Amino acid sequence: MECVFGLVGEGYAIVAADTSAVHSILVHKSNEDKIMVLDSHKLIAASGEPGDRVQFTEYIQKNVALYHFRNGIPLTTAAAANFTRGELATALRKNPYFVNILLAGYDKETGPSLYYIDYIATLHKVDKGAFGYGSYFSLATMDRHYHSRMSVEEAIELVDQCITEIRSRLVVAPPNFVIKIVDKDGAREYAWRETVKEAAVASA
Amino acid sequence: MKLNTSGLESTAPFFGLSNELLDGFSAAPFFEVPNTTNFDGFQKEAIQMVKPAKGTTTLAFIFKEGVMVAADSRASMGGYISSQSVKKIIEINPYMLGTMAGGAADCQFWHRNLGIKCRLHELANKRRISVTGASKLLANILYSYRGMGLSVGTMIAGWDETGPGLYYVDSEGGRLKGTRFSVGSGSPYAYGVLDNGYRYDMSIEEAAELARRSIYHATFRDGASGGVASVYYVGPDGWKKLSGDDVGELHYKYYPVTPSTVEQEMVEVAGA
Repeated sequence: MECVFGLVGEGYAIVAADTSAVHSILVHKSNEDKIMVLDSHKLIAASGEPGDRVQFTEYIQKNVALYHFRNGIPLTTAAAANFTRGELATALRKNPYFVNILLAGYDKETGPSLYYIDYIATLHKVDKGAFGYGSYFSLATMDRHYHSRMSVEEAIELVDQCITEIRSRLVVAPPNFVIKIVDKDGAREYAWRETVKEAAVASA
Repeated sequence: MKLNTSGLESTAPFFGLSNELLDGFSAAPFFEVPNTTNFDGFQKEAIQMVKPAKGTTTLAFIFKEGVMVAADSRASMGGYISSQSVKKIIEINPYMLGTMAGGAADCQFWHRNLGIKCRLHELANKRRISVTGASKLLANILYSYRGMGLSVGTMIAGWDETGPGLYYVDSEGGRLKGTRFSVGSGSPYAYGVLDNGYRYDMSIEEAAELARRSIYHATFRDGASGGVASVYYVGPDGWKKLSGDDVGELHYKYYPVTPSTVEQEMVEVAGA
């Protein structure tokens, strides 16, 4: 089942997510990237209903881009998080989006930050956060080993520890994960942690 | 799901309570509403409950030469087989195919609708629409009708300027890009054969045989799948139908009848 988690370190934020697209008992795809690069310095990791997940994150991305075009300055991570929360809160009493979001970003003034936003429009600024069944394992692991002055190498080691714990203790553990990072140099993919590989195709 | 509101019409026969107390003045007509606190939720649940399990087997995969698409041809209504000759592979245009799982009408209608939109794109832009674009058109339509009872599980396969393309699109609004998909109640069986036999560098003949065999094995185990296994191939020059074989005949081809050894011969009992 879905596992999304992330943490903030010294000058960077890291988010990791499973990459399984599941329908009842079938895994339709094991390399579905659930972390979107929102803009140059923001990452949005989302879990929830597949349709909502894609539609909502794309909607947020386009609106954040629109704000940048109109005003010439990009939204800060905090502003983007509050905007996202607002959209979820408005939708909540009409036709809710079933998406849980971890929003990571890096701003010149405030440095790295991570926001926890769930489908009922809760917004929290956190140092570490997680969603889904994997959260029980990854949260405990992060609580035990996290400290705010971690280096990137230490943090990746912690993320790997979380992934190992999920894979070994969760019955419905997903096989593959993607890890992305955002720091002063921008948001980018960091690594994949794969145990099953889909046949590599040039165009896929 | 529609509520029967015929009771609200003035011409409709009055069927409210009729006892001595109510005689003489009109009582508001009524219809029974399920005893539930969340009627909207109840309605949605009820739809979900009667939603047909996509009783079919369809598959598609990308390989070296292009995309192979295959499906069975059975249509069932519960336990009743209503047709053994359904075209589940829908020809959207000469370069793109769609597969049909779920509601037959929903699939047929929205694929025809997609065909129109693709043709209009072609006329407006003087180039064929990409598979990515076409699948997203369909996914966005289905997403806008989400929760309203549509039942569609489809794969959009085709060849565009970027080469072969394959997407899975469903009525829950999901859209996945991939290299290998199977949809329908027979899909777990089809996946079992397909995953084992798949190699990217297959020849067209090998790929067609793998697709055919996957469908055959799915129809063998899944009661809601059967009829003929049709196989289509999409290459740089568009799609081509390669075969359509009755799965019953395929069974005897794959497993010819061999005379079995007789364990015991009946013999006349002497002196009886």
